[in-house]
Amino acid sequence: MTYIRSQFRHPGLPKNDLGYTTKEYEGAISTLCAGCGHDSISGSIIQACFEMSIAPHRIAKLSGIGCSSKTPTYFLGHSHGFNSVHGRMPSVATGANMANRDLLYMGVSGDGDSASIGMGQFVHVIRRNLNMVYIVMNNGCYGLTKGQDSATADAGSKSKKGVANPFQPIDMAGLALELGASFVAQSFSGDKEQLIPLIKAAIDHPGFAFINVISPCVTFNNNPGSTKSYDYVREHMEATATVDFVPLKKEITTSYQKGTGTDIKMHDGSYIHLEKLADDLDPYDRLSAMNALQNARNKDEILTGLLYINPESTDLHHTIQTSDRALNSLGQEELCPGSSVLEGINGELR
Amino acid sequence: MHQDKVNDFVVRFANVNGTGSASANYLFAKAIFRMGIPVTPKNIFPSNIQGLPTWYDVRISEKGYLGRREGVDFMVCVNPQSMPDDVRSVKAGGYFLYDSTRKLHPELIREDVNYIGIPLMEICNREFTDPRQRQLFKNIVYVGALAQMLGIEFSVLEVLLAEQFNGKEKLIAPNIKALKLGAQYVLDNYNYPIDLKLERRDLVGDKIMIDGNAACGLGAVYGGATVVAWYPITPSTSVVEAFEGYAKKMRIDPVTGKHNYAIVQAEDELAAIGMVIGANWNGARSFTATSGPGLSLMNEFLGLAYFAEIPTVLIDVQRTGPSTGMPTRTQQSDILLAAYASHGDTKQVLLFPSDPKECFEMTAGAFDLAELLQTPIIMMTDLDLGMNDHMSDPFVWDDQRKYNRGKVLNAQQLEELPQFGRYLDVDGDGITYRTIPGTHPTKGSFFTRGTSRDEFAAYTEDGDIYARNMDRLLKKWDTAKDIVPAPYLYQKENKSPYGVLFFGTSTYSAEEAMDLMSQGNVSFDAMRVKAFPFNKTVGDFINSHEKVFVIEQNRDAQLRSLLINELDASPQKLISVLNYNGMPITADNIITQISKSLLPAKKLIYHQ
Ligand SMILES: Cc1ncc(C[n+]2csc(CCOP(=O)(O)OP(=O)(O)O)c2C)c(N)n1
Ligand code: SF4
Repeated sequence: MTYIRSQFRHPGLPKNDLGYTTKEYEGAISTLCAGCGHDSISGSIIQACFEMSIAPHRIAKLSGIGCSSKTPTYFLGHSHGFNSVHGRMPSVATGANMANRDLLYMGVSGDGDSASIGMGQFVHVIRRNLNMVYIVMNNGCYGLTKGQDSATADAGSKSKKGVANPFQPIDMAGLALELGASFVAQSFSGDKEQLIPLIKAAIDHPGFAFINVISPCVTFNNNPGSTKSYDYVREHMEATATVDFVPLKKEITTSYQKGTGTDIKMHDGSYIHLEKLADDLDPYDRLSAMNALQNARNKDEILTGLLYINPESTDLHHTIQTSDRALNSLGQEELCPGSSVLEGINGELR
Repeated sequence: MHQDKVNDFVVRFANVNGTGSASANYLFAKAIFRMGIPVTPKNIFPSNIQGLPTWYDVRISEKGYLGRREGVDFMVCVNPQSMPDDVRSVKAGGYFLYDSTRKLHPELIREDVNYIGIPLMEICNREFTDPRQRQLFKNIVYVGALAQMLGIEFSVLEVLLAEQFNGKEKLIAPNIKALKLGAQYVLDNYNYPIDLKLERRDLVGDKIMIDGNAACGLGAVYGGATVVAWYPITPSTSVVEAFEGYAKKMRIDPVTGKHNYAIVQAEDELAAIGMVIGANWNGARSFTATSGPGLSLMNEFLGLAYFAEIPTVLIDVQRTGPSTGMPTRTQQSDILLAAYASHGDTKQVLLFPSDPKECFEMTAGAFDLAELLQTPIIMMTDLDLGMNDHMSDPFVWDDQRKYNRGKVLNAQQLEELPQFGRYLDVDGDGITYRTIPGTHPTKGSFFTRGTSRDEFAAYTEDGDIYARNMDRLLKKWDTAKDIVPAPYLYQKENKSPYGVLFFGTSTYSAEEAMDLMSQGNVSFDAMRVKAFPFNKTVGDFINSHEKVFVIEQNRDAQLRSLLINELDASPQKLISVLNYNGMPITADNIITQISKSLLPAKKLIYHQ
């Protein structure tokens, strides 16, 4: 939809395999507060899609309501976008995906959007293993309605008003693991080096790929005492490993050097390369991921990186045996049984 | 002089829910239909799965009156629990068939009723060994007895059983045996004739018998629906079940064996409608089916679909409200909720089918309408139509008919277009052009949102632009008035100062009432409304009559409110004829209410 954006192109900008520059992956100018973590995540989405050479118009970007949910306007300007109602992006994404399995579905939500009003839909979209990328921009508060605590705010974390939150937080990554998500990662908006490869791997994953991104709200939750402020997160971040995503492309595969870490092979032969894994984490093992997450929490640490992946994942279309062709591409000839069949049905009803 | 009632009476079956009586009762009704006699069966069932009383009314009417009629001429009572009530509901001179394995309590004896005792349990215990068969065949035995007494042709029953157990032939013989046991018992023990008779006629022509929900499900297959999202709720559940049943037969890819449809059982109605909206946005025809409580939950999303202009098809099978009301009883009480679903200035398109054929046609047509108008289309059926079998004209499909996908631009059209504006009213009809995600690399993508936007889909809070958009939506609403199904006018010229207006399932009884009153020389002009927004002729009809009786099945006269609100019709003119006890309205009830308003001006005729 991008509007009123300069058409000037830097001739020197690098191009991807489709001949596009990052410009083609940008959106409208952000209206979020300067310094909002969400804008950094938008930047990472742009970079990931550019580097993976995904045709922008083959991406559908969907969201709920909130500052975070506004971000699809600010990336992938050539993609169709859908700002749905508060907390119910997963259902719209499910319907859209059922209609056309050939697009890439990029869902963006907030912690208010997903962990409160949208909790039911969040849970069920995981259960169905819908093929989509689901990014929660988690700031522990409601940005758009001016700073109330959200359900992911840590107990004791102080809001801007200085009041400590008395309730237990909902751990979105832990919840996704528990619910059986086939791809779970966690990251920090300020850590593009880690976030970009994670988004790429999520895009490549054939099933529900969840990334919980801690994304500080500079306006309402970046104060001392908040456990979702930039400073706090930087100080308490613990990475599972250095992450790199290596797409399946001949020239890259050959030049790729095996490191000291682990290679997670994706369904299409791509890799996620994890260097120097945390001692207690095996990303193929859900239980180890849950333990590692819990251990980190006990130490007041935020574990980031790829937590769990099931490379064998198959998605909802596979489960319900839908046609390999996009349903929205079927014509009347394939859909309408015609008058003679109807005559037969009439006959059976007499 | 005594006169037999030939092909004109009501038989009621009183059973216990969950005892397998449904198929026996259906066998009875279908046999009458096969004898060419108009018949209309109605399930009256409790909101639980097993154990409670359930009734099945079969009205037989040579004149083809297919509405409900009060008063039972023949009661088949196999439920001790409901017996006192069942005895009371028999008309004077009527019949009461009961299981005489146990003696009837003296308090249940009425002087003016004929009792027919048949030891159903005793016969079944003697003749069948399997406990389940002993239970099931009690029902078949009474069908056999009825056949003997009323004159149902045995060969018709045999054919029906053969059809029913096609593939399970072993079951046919014991069923026929049970039928014969009933018939024989009557022959051996009752030698007096009864005054209710069934005689073969040729009055049903090529009509079919099917329930409205199945017709909707089939209509959705024909209309090209591919994505169905739903959450179970009585009485709409069988719409999706029917869709699935037909799709399994007709929508399997011959090469891969995979489905050319996707059915997702959602976690709730909020998700169901969200999925439908997502699928339609993405270019697939998609629908959901629900009832009042589900419709309430879908409101916010319906507002989004209205404002963001996304085709959406919803089948609302109405039951009694408010709240959980009586989940297994019928009403037409979601009208206002549906018409103005969601907050803000919204108006939703409603369709009011009256019989299975219209359920089929309107559902298939709803997908065209939704895409033409890019807005939600809500089919307003009800439990009476949805869950009961109805005699109906056969379904027709014109193979020349092409799906109308409305204003969708393809890649080439986008290429040729200097500038695409998602909400630009290019044709002046209020309907704008859309594109399906993924169509073109650089042109045609737009942002769908529930917030205010300009003609190019860009977010705006400019009040003038907002108002312009809202006005265009009204223009689209005006366009819709001529596109939605037009009302049915029962005669070309207005002949009476009084008009009668009705919709949906009230039609059966309203037509009967018109007919009966005209026999008493009181004629009314009549109109059946088929859609909202109202076509111009609805206003003309009201304006050209002194009084218009508006028949509806709810307490608050919801259609009347809509007429007043949308047509500026004078409230004094519109007189309500209402029924809201959860049972379908009857012709007698309509006549009583109309006559109360008109008396002493006119004297009206009743059913005797
Ligand atoms: C049904 C409904 N209830 C409430 C709101 C108001 N509302 C808008 S955004 C929001 C919370 C957003 O929080 P979050 O998802 O965490 O996003 P953030 O703004 O923090 O990025 C709320 C409560 C709404 N739009 N709709
Ligand atoms: S209020 Fe917070 S979340 Fe919203 S844009 Fe500003 S910084 Fe970001």
